[in-house]
Amino acid sequence: METAIFLIFAALALGSALMVVTHKSPVYATMSLVVTLFSLAVMFVLLGAPFIGALQVLVYAGAIVVLFLFVLMLLNISKEEHQQEGQTVHRWVALLGAGAFIGLVVPLLYRAAQPRNAGVLTEQFVSIREFARDLFGRYLLQFEIVGLLLLVAVVAATVVARKPPAAPSGAPGADSPVSEVEP
Amino acid sequence: MRSLDLLWLVPALPIAGAALNGLICLFWPKAGKATATLIGVGFPGVSMLVALAAIWQYLHGTNPAPFEQTLWSWTTGTFSIPIAFLLDPLSVVMLFIVTFVGFWIHVYSAGYMSHEPGYRRYFAYLNLFMGAMLLLILGNNFLVMFVGWEGVGLCSYLLIGFYFDQSFPPQAGRKAFIVNRIGDFAFLTGMFALAAKYGTLTYSKIFPVVVGAPEALKEHYALGLTFAGFVALCFFIGAMGKSAQIPLYVWLPDAMAGPTPVSALIHAATMVTAGVYMVVRSNAIYQLAPEIGTFVAVIGAFTAILAASIGLVQNDIKKVLAYSTVSQLGYMFLAAGLGAYTAAVFHLGTHAFFKALLFLGSGSVIHAMGGEQDMRKMGNLRKFMPVTFWTFALGTAAIAGVPGFAGFFSKDEILHNTAATGHWGLFAIGLLTAGLTAFYMVRAVAMTFFGKFRGTHEQEHHLHESPWVMTVPLLVLAVGAVGSGWVGIPEILGGGNSFHHFLSPVIADFSNRLPEHAVEHPEMAASTDWLLLIASVAAGLIGIGYAFKLYGRGEFGGASWARRFPAVYRLLDRKYWVDEIYDRLIIKPLGSFSRFLWKGFDDTIVDGSVRALAWATELSAEGGRLTTTGNVRHYALYFFLGVLGLFWWILRS
Amino acid sequence: MSLPNSVPVSWFLVLAALLFAIGVAGALTRRNGIGIFLSIELMLNAANVALVGYSRLLGERTGQIMVLFVMAVAAAEAAVGLGLFIAVYRQRRTIDVNRLNLMRW
Repeated sequence: METAIFLIFAALALGSALMVVTHKSPVYATMSLVVTLFSLAVMFVLLGAPFIGALQVLVYAGAIVVLFLFVLMLLNISKEEHQQEGQTVHRWVALLGAGAFIGLVVPLLYRAAQPRNAGVLTEQFVSIREFARDLFGRYLLQFEIVGLLLLVAVVAATVVARKPPAAPSGAPGADSPVSEVEP
Repeated sequence: MRSLDLLWLVPALPIAGAALNGLICLFWPKAGKATATLIGVGFPGVSMLVALAAIWQYLHGTNPAPFEQTLWSWTTGTFSIPIAFLLDPLSVVMLFIVTFVGFWIHVYSAGYMSHEPGYRRYFAYLNLFMGAMLLLILGNNFLVMFVGWEGVGLCSYLLIGFYFDQSFPPQAGRKAFIVNRIGDFAFLTGMFALAAKYGTLTYSKIFPVVVGAPEALKEHYALGLTFAGFVALCFFIGAMGKSAQIPLYVWLPDAMAGPTPVSALIHAATMVTAGVYMVVRSNAIYQLAPEIGTFVAVIGAFTAILAASIGLVQNDIKKVLAYSTVSQLGYMFLAAGLGAYTAAVFHLGTHAFFKALLFLGSGSVIHAMGGEQDMRKMGNLRKFMPVTFWTFALGTAAIAGVPGFAGFFSKDEILHNTAATGHWGLFAIGLLTAGLTAFYMVRAVAMTFFGKFRGTHEQEHHLHESPWVMTVPLLVLAVGAVGSGWVGIPEILGGGNSFHHFLSPVIADFSNRLPEHAVEHPEMAASTDWLLLIASVAAGLIGIGYAFKLYGRGEFGGASWARRFPAVYRLLDRKYWVDEIYDRLIIKPLGSFSRFLWKGFDDTIVDGSVRALAWATELSAEGGRLTTTGNVRHYALYFFLGVLGLFWWILRS
Repeated sequence: MSLPNSVPVSWFLVLAALLFAIGVAGALTRRNGIGIFLSIELMLNAANVALVGYSRLLGERTGQIMVLFVMAVAAAEAAVGLGLFIAVYRQRRTIDVNRLNLMRW
C-alpha cells in the first residue's frame, strides 16, 4: 500500500518537476510546481513528518507559489522568448552536469541508506507535541533568528520593489530610470 | 721639495688636460682653438718638465735604488693592488722617450691639425693617450700596467677612427681594437696565473721571489709548459697584439687611417713598443723559459722580414712607414727573445726618435700635398720643403743603419747578440731585413723628394714648407735620430756601451742560482765582431745604393723587377693575402657562427620561448576573457561545475 | 500507534537526488528569471526531502526542524528575489537573464 502511494506520488513529483523546468509558460510552470509540492507533502507524511507535510501545503503551495503567481501577473510575462544563438552548448553542459550529479550521488545515497533501514515509526517521533518542544526548546534562538530574517526580508522586498520616487523636475544629472511601468 | 715626489703629476697632468679639453668640448663647443692648444700642449709640456726633473734627480741621486711612490692601495680581501709608480732605469728610459717625443709630437700636432675640425677632441684624445701610456710605463705592478695598456688601446681606437665621418677609419679602429683584444685576453690570463701563484702583481715582490727560487717556475704548469713558459707565452701573445707581431700585426697598417701625428706617436714611437717594454720588464720570467724566448725571437725575425718585404712595394708613404714599424718591432722582439733585453730597449729608444721623425716628415709632406699620400704623385719635393727633406733624410739614414746614426748602433747591437748566441739563421734574416729596410726607405725618399714633380699643377702651386710649429719638432727629433745611438756605442768602436750598463740592474741575474744562465752577454772574438759589423753596414749600404740606382732619377726602376717576377710582386703587393686568409679562416666562420647563434639560437630558442610564453599567456587570457560573459547563468554553471568537481573529489574513494 | 514502514528510506533519498538534478538543470537552462526561481524552489524541496529522509533514518527530529528553517529562508528569498525582479523589470523591461549581462568585462 505505502509502496504504491510512494511510487505514484514520486512519479507525479518527478513528472511535474520536469514540467516546471521545461514548460515555456511561466504560469504553467508555477502550477506544475504546486503539483510537485503537493506530492512532496505526501512524501513527508510517508516519512513520518505529517506536520512538515502540512506546512508544505500551507506555506509553500499556499503562500510562496501564490506570491510567484502574483508577480507573474504583475509583470505580465506570458512566454519565454525564443532561444538565442549559442545557447545549445550551455544547455548541454548544464544537462551533462546534472546527469553527472545523479551518477555521482544516487548510487552513494542508495548504498548508504540500504544497510540501516529505518526502524519502526513511533508515535512519539511523529507527534507535533514533541516537534514543538524541540522547536521552542532546543532551537528557540534559531527560531527567533529566522523570524528576524523574515522581518528583514519583508522590509528589503518592500524597499527594492518600491517604485522609485520621481526625480525633481529640472534637476540636472538626476538619476532617472529608463522607463517606468504603470501599475 | 724633491721633484721625484712629483712623479705622480707626470701621468696626472695629461689626464687632467684630457678631462679639461673633453669637458670644454662637451659644455662649451664654441670655445676657440687657443685654449685647446694651451691645454693640449701645455699639460704634456709641464708633464715633460716634471718628468725630466724627476729623471735628473734620479740619475744624480745618492741612492741608486728604484724609486717607488704609492698613492693609495686598492685592497679586496687579502689581495692588494697598490696604485703606485716606479722609477728604475727601464722606466727612466721609457719615461724620457714618451714624454719627450710625445711632447714634440703634441707641438707638431698644433700645426698639423690646425685646419681640421675636431681640433679640441683630437687633443683630448692625445692627452689621454699620454696619460695612459705613462701609467703603463710608470706603474709598479702589472695591473696598473694593464690599466695603461687598455687605456692606450682605447685612445688608439679613438684616434684611428678620428675621421669618423669617413667609412674606412672607424673600421680600422675597430680592427685594431678587436685584434688587440685577443692579445689582451692572453695578457690577462698570464696576470691571473701570476696573481694565483704569488698573490701579488707588484714587480718588486714577484721578481725577487722568482730570482730567489727559479726552480719553482720550472715545474710543469699547463699546456705542456712550465709555469715560467706559460706566463711568458701569455704575456708574449699580449705583446703580439699591442706590438703588431705575426699573426696579430694586421691592424697596424690599417691604423694609418688616423692623423699622421697619431701614427707617429702611438703607432710608431710609444704604444706599439709597450709589448717590448712588457717583455723586458718580465725578463726574469722569460729567462726561465728559454723555449718561449726562442719562439719570441723566431716570431720577431719573421715579422721583421715579412713586413720589410711588404714595405718594398708600397706606394703609400705612410704604409711604407707602417710596415717599417712592424719590421723594426720584429727586430726588438728578436733581441728580447734571445735575452738581449738591453739591446731591445736600445733599439726601442732609437726607433722612437727616428720613426717619429719619419712619420712627422711624411705628415709634413702630406700636409703640403693637400692630403695626398701616394708617392707616385710626388717627387722633387726637396726643392720646396728643404727642412722636411733634410730631417727626413737624417731619419732614413738612421733607420737604414748608416754608421754613426742612431739606428746603426742599436741594430748592430741586436745583430751582434743574435750572432753571439749562435742563432745564425736568425742573424741572416736580420741582415737581409736590414738591407731591405735600407732599400725601401731610400726608395721612399727618392720617390718623394727626387726626380720630377708628378702631381697636379694645383698641388704644385700650393707646395710649401711647413710652418715652424711643425719644423721645429722635426729638427729636435732629427737631433735625437742622429745622436740617440751615442749612448750605447759598443766597446769595439771605442764606446763604453753605457746604455747596457745603465739598464743592467733591471735585468734579473740568475748567475748565482742557475749557472747555465750566466752567459748573458757572451764574448766573441773581435775579428768576428768586426766582420759582423761590416756585414751589417754593407747590407745597409747595398740597400741604399741599389735603391738610388733604381729610383734616384725619378724613375720607377722597381717596375722591371715587378715585370720579371710578377708572381712575387703580386704576393708582396697583396701583402701575402694575410687579410684575405684571416677573413676566410676566422672572420667568415665566426660571422656565420654568430649568425647561427643569432638566428638559430637567440631568435628561435631564447626569443622563441619568451614569445611562446607571451603567446600562451595571451591565449589563456583570451580564453579566460570568453568565459567572463557577464551572463549570470554562465557564472552559475561554472559554480555548479566547481561544486560537482568538489563532490567528485570528496567521493572519489 | 505503530506506523507501517514498508518503503525503504533510500528510495526517498534517490527521489530527492533526482529532483535536485532536475532543479539544477532548470536553474541553469531557464532564461526566465521566474523560471530560475521555480527551479531553485525545486532544489530546496529536494533538500527538504533528503533532510526528512535522514531524520527518519536516524530517528532524530532535528532534520524536521531544519526543514522548517529552510522553508522560512525560501520564503524570505522568494520575497526579496521577486522584489528584485520587479525592480529590474522596471529598469530593463525584461527579466530574461541573458539580457541582464551587466557583469561583463
